[in-house]
Amino acid sequence: MPMTETEYQHPLMKVYWTRLDCGLKPVADVFEDCMTEALAVLAQEDIDGYLDAASVLGKMGRGPEPVLAFLEEWPAIAAAAGSALLAPVMDFIRALQKSPNSRAITPFLQTLAAVARRLQAGEQLQFYIDIARDLMQRTSRSMLGQHITVPSPGLSEFFNQAPRLVNLLSMAGLQNWVDYGVRNYQHHPERQIDYFALQSADSRAVLQRERHGTLFADVERQLDLYLRALWQDSDQLVPYSTAFDELRKPIPYYDKLGMRVPDVQDDANGISGLDRYRAMLAHMVGHRRWSATQIADNWSPFQRMAVEFFEDCRVETLLIREYPGLRRLFLALHPHPVEGACDPETTSCLRHRLAMLSRAFLDPAHGYADPVLGDFVLRFHALLEKDTSSTGAMADLALSYVTKTRRQSDQLAKVHFDDTVIDYRDDNRQLWRFIEEDDEGEVVDQHRKMAKGEELNSLPPRHYPEWDSNSQTYRPDWTSVYEALHASGNAADIDKLLLKHAALAKQLKRLLDLIKPQDKVRIRYQEEGSELDLDVAIRSLIDFKSGALPDPRINMSHRTDGRDITVLLLLDLSESLNGKAGGGQQTILELSQEAVSLLAWAIDCMGDPCAIAGFHSNTRHEVRYQHIKGFSERWDDTVKARLAAMQAGFSTRMGAALRHAGHYLAARQADKKILLLLTDGEPADIDVNEPDHLRADARKAVEELSAQGVTTFCLSLDPNADEYVREIFGNHWRVLDRIERLPEQLPLLYLSLTR
Amino acid sequence: MDKTQYLVKQEPFYQAQGREVALYEAAYAAKLPVMVKGPTGCGKSRFIEYMAWKLQKPLITVACNEDMTASDLVGRYLLEANGTRWLDGPLTTAARIGAICYLDEIVEARQDTTVVIHPLTDHRRTLPLDKKGELLEAHPDFQLVISYNPGYQSLMKDLKQSTKQRFTAFDFDYPPPELEIGIISRETGLAEGTVAKLVKIGQVGRNLKGHGLDEGISTRLLVYAATLIKRGVDAGDACRMALVRPITDDADIRATLDHAIDATFV
Repeated sequence: MPMTETEYQHPLMKVYWTRLDCGLKPVADVFEDCMTEALAVLAQEDIDGYLDAASVLGKMGRGPEPVLAFLEEWPAIAAAAGSALLAPVMDFIRALQKSPNSRAITPFLQTLAAVARRLQAGEQLQFYIDIARDLMQRTSRSMLGQHITVPSPGLSEFFNQAPRLVNLLSMAGLQNWVDYGVRNYQHHPERQIDYFALQSADSRAVLQRERHGTLFADVERQLDLYLRALWQDSDQLVPYSTAFDELRKPIPYYDKLGMRVPDVQDDANGISGLDRYRAMLAHMVGHRRWSATQIADNWSPFQRMAVEFFEDCRVETLLIREYPGLRRLFLALHPHPVEGACDPETTSCLRHRLAMLSRAFLDPAHGYADPVLGDFVLRFHALLEKDTSSTGAMADLALSYVTKTRRQSDQLAKVHFDDTVIDYRDDNRQLWRFIEEDDEGEVVDQHRKMAKGEELNSLPPRHYPEWDSNSQTYRPDWTSVYEALHASGNAADIDKLLLKHAALAKQLKRLLDLIKPQDKVRIRYQEEGSELDLDVAIRSLIDFKSGALPDPRINMSHRTDGRDITVLLLLDLSESLNGKAGGGQQTILELSQEAVSLLAWAIDCMGDPCAIAGFHSNTRHEVRYQHIKGFSERWDDTVKARLAAMQAGFSTRMGAALRHAGHYLAARQADKKILLLLTDGEPADIDVNEPDHLRADARKAVEELSAQGVTTFCLSLDPNADEYVREIFGNHWRVLDRIERLPEQLPLLYLSLTR
Repeated sequence: MDKTQYLVKQEPFYQAQGREVALYEAAYAAKLPVMVKGPTGCGKSRFIEYMAWKLQKPLITVACNEDMTASDLVGRYLLEANGTRWLDGPLTTAARIGAICYLDEIVEARQDTTVVIHPLTDHRRTLPLDKKGELLEAHPDFQLVISYNPGYQSLMKDLKQSTKQRFTAFDFDYPPPELEIGIISRETGLAEGTVAKLVKIGQVGRNLKGHGLDEGISTRLLVYAATLIKRGVDAGDACRMALVRPITDDADIRATLDHAIDATFV
């Protein structure tokens, strides 16, 4: 057969070339090579389709790149996913050609092979093409009229990133990731490019969220409990990213700062991601308990590797001794190298030998026949029989093993790696100490100084997610909340305000005295109670003796009635507060000031812990949260001064402020936690076009708070608030129609809420 | 009054952890009030029962709760067809017949209730029944014992200093592993090898105290688990049922303890 093929090769090539019917010079240069590869991979009947498709690509008028990419990549794609995919792929290419996105054809074809290799199954690849088509349709825009004229900015970038994406995401995850980008950056070409090129922060954050496998963030607490409960060990667990390191695969390790583990673990060999994390931690705990540092200067890298293998097995044996069930876990994750898989004539086999030995140490049913191996397994177990042995003893055993099995070929550059990587083991950096520093080892101490001058008067930003109602997902770390102390003004102004409302204050005071909590309350007329209620009992007895039906409710009991309420008053300080209220002389801001002063005074009389804060926002990057009064601060001149300096400006990003205020309340200990929001309008911000979005987010924030046990109540000063305020706050709201009455109404509202 | 109904008939199994038996006998000889402290299920009640048996004295136990009032301890008037009748409460009964009165989980009772024991616990050894107009002198054999679980649930529930300082006290804790293995295997008849594994899981749970668990896995629960295993229940199932499910609703802790069970019983 080879003979005939060689004979006919040239004429056949000519036939193929004619069939391709392409006049492009670069194509002609590589045609023969591509064709040879295609002939080797594709069945005879698929060759025609292959050439026809290439011919179509050549006539598209897009230069030689698409044809070249196709000719070069298709055999690999067909090998991975089957040649039946040609039709859908060509369909999609035609769709690209018809739209303004034809420049994306080349990147699509160039990365398709890598994608196909990862996805394997044909349906998966079909799914991938559907996602790409969806992305194209949704991001291509029309400038004028109906015809779509502007190409999708992110599509090419998407194709460039596709191999990495399909590596990390399931198809459903990919769909979500693409969806997120399209939805949020549809109208913003530069950002869209950044997103699909995996350059922007939220792009990476969403990618992380959608990854398959067990995310470290989801199981962090369980791992912490695992360390504490089973090993009486605890240390900071620090995840490292496995998503963006293609070449250098990081390995778990531990150092002074904590135990480092990967940020995500897929299930493997029937072991869940969580159990893989546990195996990793158990192994590190073993080293921390039983391993001693060794001086490494006199040992060669091979010797060190052998010592590491032996020591790893020693700590694992000890771990199994502690919890026998770990053997199952370790053995499932430990590769089972095949004896004789490595050819000692051509390859360096030391790794392979050590991996087999490591398997044999842990697995009584290893089944290896090598007598040297068997001998060392016996010696290993003999050392560990009585006690925990030591790292030093293991090192001696390891060195004698290396000496005994040494071969010339161990020095060869070609190393046998298959089935020798044990990925739950750490990199053993703690095992070694070098006495002589190497040349690069000079450490230059760097002193970081804080910039002098500015006093620190605000906290670093806290990031909060925002709810996206269209997709029913959170946008991670979407808003930045900056908290700062409110500026101070003149405290006397507030006292003046209070004086002005002296009559109202007196009225309030009377009310307060009435509802001040009394600690014990008697509940009378109980059939079952803690004590006999003598008055009622005697009355019943008399009834009974005189032949009438006695009242059986002759007992009473006690109930303690203390107030345990914490309240946080959150003020909307947006620009609209500067408007005049109801045609009067005062601005809404001034009225709010009076109302808040009265309320703060009233709450202080009641003795409930109360905090006051204001907020406004200037886009999602700058939500300002101003601290006016803390829970433990007294209602004194400092607080009054801050209240006096209250100013209004910017917009109302309610959700972020609610979340930030809520996290303070959630940390309080109280039976009832109330977040009282005083606002004059609906949530809005200048970087949001759809008004519904921030409403939905605020609603979500209220739900989150109620899940944390915080009751949110809104007092709205917007007479037209009914339509949206119910949507956000459910039943917990009141609209004040006559703003002039705010100073009187706010304290009353509070009292009625907490009575 | 039939004293014998309050006697402990059979010898309860109690494994001493230290010298507490001799010390208790000394306290009883002087009729000093005794307080036993310690986490739930570590053997407090069993100890008192054992001592009552050893001393051959009647034992009256009251489980305290929040709704309990002074009259529940002391006694109250009951209405009858032709008048009222006084009925002694358990504390009064014990003081009359010379029994050991054991108030279990005393902090569960409200503080105004606990003060009624004060006159019985100092040199006076009397109990004024103000409603009845009687001053009861305690029987020479009478002794008051209370138990409580410090560092428990809420900060509000603690004994007053004036109450605490009327008692001598024993501090109980879960026994060390070897002793605990002996206790459980004696109590249930389960082989020591299996019991050792149970105790190991118990240790795992106790390590989580304060990290999501209010109390560790008690000896009592370990006994339950051992009983189930002895009756032929699969060890993993028995542990999950007796050791994990009762103590937590926290999914993470549950998963961790389940893993410990899987890693211990192979």
